[in-house]
Amino acid sequence: MFNWTSPRKLSAKGIIGMNRRNIRYIGRYNNRRLYPLVDDKLKTKLLAHEHGITTPALIGTVTTQFDVKHISRIVSGQPGFVIKPAKGSGGKGILVVEHVANDAYVKPSGTRLGRGDLERHVSNILSGLYSLGGSPDVAVVEALINFDESLTEYTYEGVPDIRVIIFQGYPVMAMMRLSTAASDGKANLHQGAVGVGLDIATGTALRGVQFDRSRSDHPDTGHELASLKIPGWDTLLLLAAGCHEMTGLGYLGADMVLDRDHGPMLLELNARPGLAIQMANGEGLRPRLDLIEQQPPHVDAKSRVSFAQQHFARRGELHPTMNNTPGTVSVSAS
Amino acid sequence: MSRLPFYILTGILMIAGIGMSIHRHVQFDVPWTPGEQRQVWEVEAQVSFDADNGPVIVDMALPSNQQDYRVLTENTASSGYGLSFLEDDRGRRAEWSRREASGTQRLYYSVQLLAAPDSRPPRSVRPELPETIVWERPYGTAATEIIDRAHQRSADPFTFTRELIREFTGDRQGENARLLLNEFERTPLFVRLLNEAGVHARSISGLLLEDGRRRQNLTTWLQVFDEDQWALYNPTTGEQGRPDNLLLWEANGEAVLEVEGGTNSDIGFSMIRHNQPAAAAVRNQLSTDTLLNFSIHSLPLEEQALFQTILLIPIGALVVVFLRVLVGIKTSGTFMPVLIALAFIQTSLLTGLIGFLLVVAVGLVIRNYLSYLNLLLVARVSAVIITVIAIISVFSVLSYRFGLNAGLTITFFPMIILAWTIERMSILWEEEGPKEVLIQGGGSLLTAILAYLAMNNPWVRHITFNFLGVQFILMSLILLLGNYTGYRLLELRRFKPVTED
Repeated sequence: MFNWTSPRKLSAKGIIGMNRRNIRYIGRYNNRRLYPLVDDKLKTKLLAHEHGITTPALIGTVTTQFDVKHISRIVSGQPGFVIKPAKGSGGKGILVVEHVANDAYVKPSGTRLGRGDLERHVSNILSGLYSLGGSPDVAVVEALINFDESLTEYTYEGVPDIRVIIFQGYPVMAMMRLSTAASDGKANLHQGAVGVGLDIATGTALRGVQFDRSRSDHPDTGHELASLKIPGWDTLLLLAAGCHEMTGLGYLGADMVLDRDHGPMLLELNARPGLAIQMANGEGLRPRLDLIEQQPPHVDAKSRVSFAQQHFARRGELHPTMNNTPGTVSVSAS
Repeated sequence: MSRLPFYILTGILMIAGIGMSIHRHVQFDVPWTPGEQRQVWEVEAQVSFDADNGPVIVDMALPSNQQDYRVLTENTASSGYGLSFLEDDRGRRAEWSRREASGTQRLYYSVQLLAAPDSRPPRSVRPELPETIVWERPYGTAATEIIDRAHQRSADPFTFTRELIREFTGDRQGENARLLLNEFERTPLFVRLLNEAGVHARSISGLLLEDGRRRQNLTTWLQVFDEDQWALYNPTTGEQGRPDNLLLWEANGEAVLEVEGGTNSDIGFSMIRHNQPAAAAVRNQLSTDTLLNFSIHSLPLEEQALFQTILLIPIGALVVVFLRVLVGIKTSGTFMPVLIALAFIQTSLLTGLIGFLLVVAVGLVIRNYLSYLNLLLVARVSAVIITVIAIISVFSVLSYRFGLNAGLTITFFPMIILAWTIERMSILWEEEGPKEVLIQGGGSLLTAILAYLAMNNPWVRHITFNFLGVQFILMSLILLLGNYTGYRLLELRRFKPVTED
């Protein structure tokens, strides 16, 4: 039983499993009536706009097969763009075009797509290939995010995003997802992206995982992860915490990105956030969720964020290299 | 938010399920295992008489459920006769009628009886004593003397009867007894004497069951009551007690056969014994339609066969729920494995597996080409459906040509499900790579095989088909699994690294 652990050990760590997440948190705190708000990315986007939460700029939408051939006109003049299904899940059907060169659409991996490929992709989205249950869908075209340069060396092709678990409006746990060659520029952990647990108090790296196993550097760029610190962390948490009021969902995952010009932005929301965040943090969600459940309701977002920063502060497990931040070596080594 | 109503509901379902199953087992003698054999007697009664060229009414007693025997089915053959079954205080009776009949008439009645050792004896209503019994001289004196002697040597109605019969048998047969036997028939005489002494008694008719006997007659027996108890006596030997192979044909002291409009009436019996699997014996049980006896067996045979499969689906669903909730296996499509398992039942496991893999593999290759054609989803899936049908047809023809008849069963696969499986696998391949296809495809196949093994188990088939209460038990189990918040087995592996440091 070398590769297996015991339920008691997991329980001691406060790890929650799929079944518990589904029944105890999603089933209890997420009203099914509210799901469409987050399952439809277009709706989320419009709703976020109403609530003053920044999101990537909307270039256009394609709603009918008739409009599919206009896709090249919609994206013309855009340096880079993202086409995604409004009702997609798990990162399925998201096409990232980094730049356009000689009528060819270049993906972050360097693969060149023609106009026909683009139209086929949009057509697939509309016919429901990527949506839950195969229902007809809408293609959303968004501006490519100009992500913060301070993070460039932590990622390979594509935009790293930050997943924050929001429980009853409190940010309880966060991780950054760094795309890798294996994940084809997508930031989904099960596709091979690296997950880096983030300290709720400061936004610094705690620990890294890829394919559920520990990592201390980025597999492609080779850059160590310990020095990772998210700029504008407090704003990011405040935006994420505001998603609770925006949607009414009690347990959700907010996917945030950092834009060079606009700062933290909401990319999308997830009413059934995954559990890999526990791996990235090396800690279970249970103690934090239990603590939040004891808090009184109707607290404003700012107080919730500071409550979380106060109670969920942690020290990183990673060992920074000497040349980077020499001052912290002794702290981490202790 | 209390979970109490939930536990009460599952508790009620569980208790109802177990209760219904036990009730069916005890009350209708449905065995828990399919292998048990049951003895079934087939008894045929042949009534013959000469009709008098006029209207005819034939009234015959019928056996009913009793100790050791239960009536399964009954049939009659009597062309030209109207027939009705009556049930009143004279017991169960058949009445044949005809406006005009002439010549020798033959009516047939056959009944299948299940030998059920643990079945309870029927309730017998004590006959009333006749108001007056008139004896002519000198019989009155003889009777009084015999009664007095038997009375002195006995303590209660049962011992009295034994002593009374002893007066008429063997060495003790005295002059009084011989005198009475000359005038009266043996059994009615005993009833008369017993009644005279204030003992409730009657003569009833029974059939001694012996395998393969033909042209048998009913024998008369003396039934004696002491309050609610009763005992049977052989009127010839005086032996007390009912032989195991005695089937009571007429148990109300009435005539076995009454013919109006005919003469020379006679009734003969033939019988045969055979062993049946218990399940088949159950199937033949007469359906007395009460709510508790709610049973699939009251449906026509064809629908029963359909239900045999339908009732297995919850078992497959339970396997899927178990594997997903407790183990954490990923499958492609939640209940697709159950449908594949149902197909395996028709095809047998090995043929089914080979067929499934062949169809999906060839389908994936063709679907790969279809993705270049840039089609709308519905059209593409429809094209895959037609492709699947084509593949199945080709394999069927090929296997038939090569003499592999097993290959023909490939048609049992649900084609639309296969098409969707191919479509999903193909997308999975494009998006997540072949590894995920192997994980999900393998998970689906593993689930399908386990579901097949569970559903194809003879005992499971027997239990689900014969005990509808089991469905309630399955329901409550699934509800309980749906309430499980613990870890899945595979999560113990997934989250292992977290516990390491």
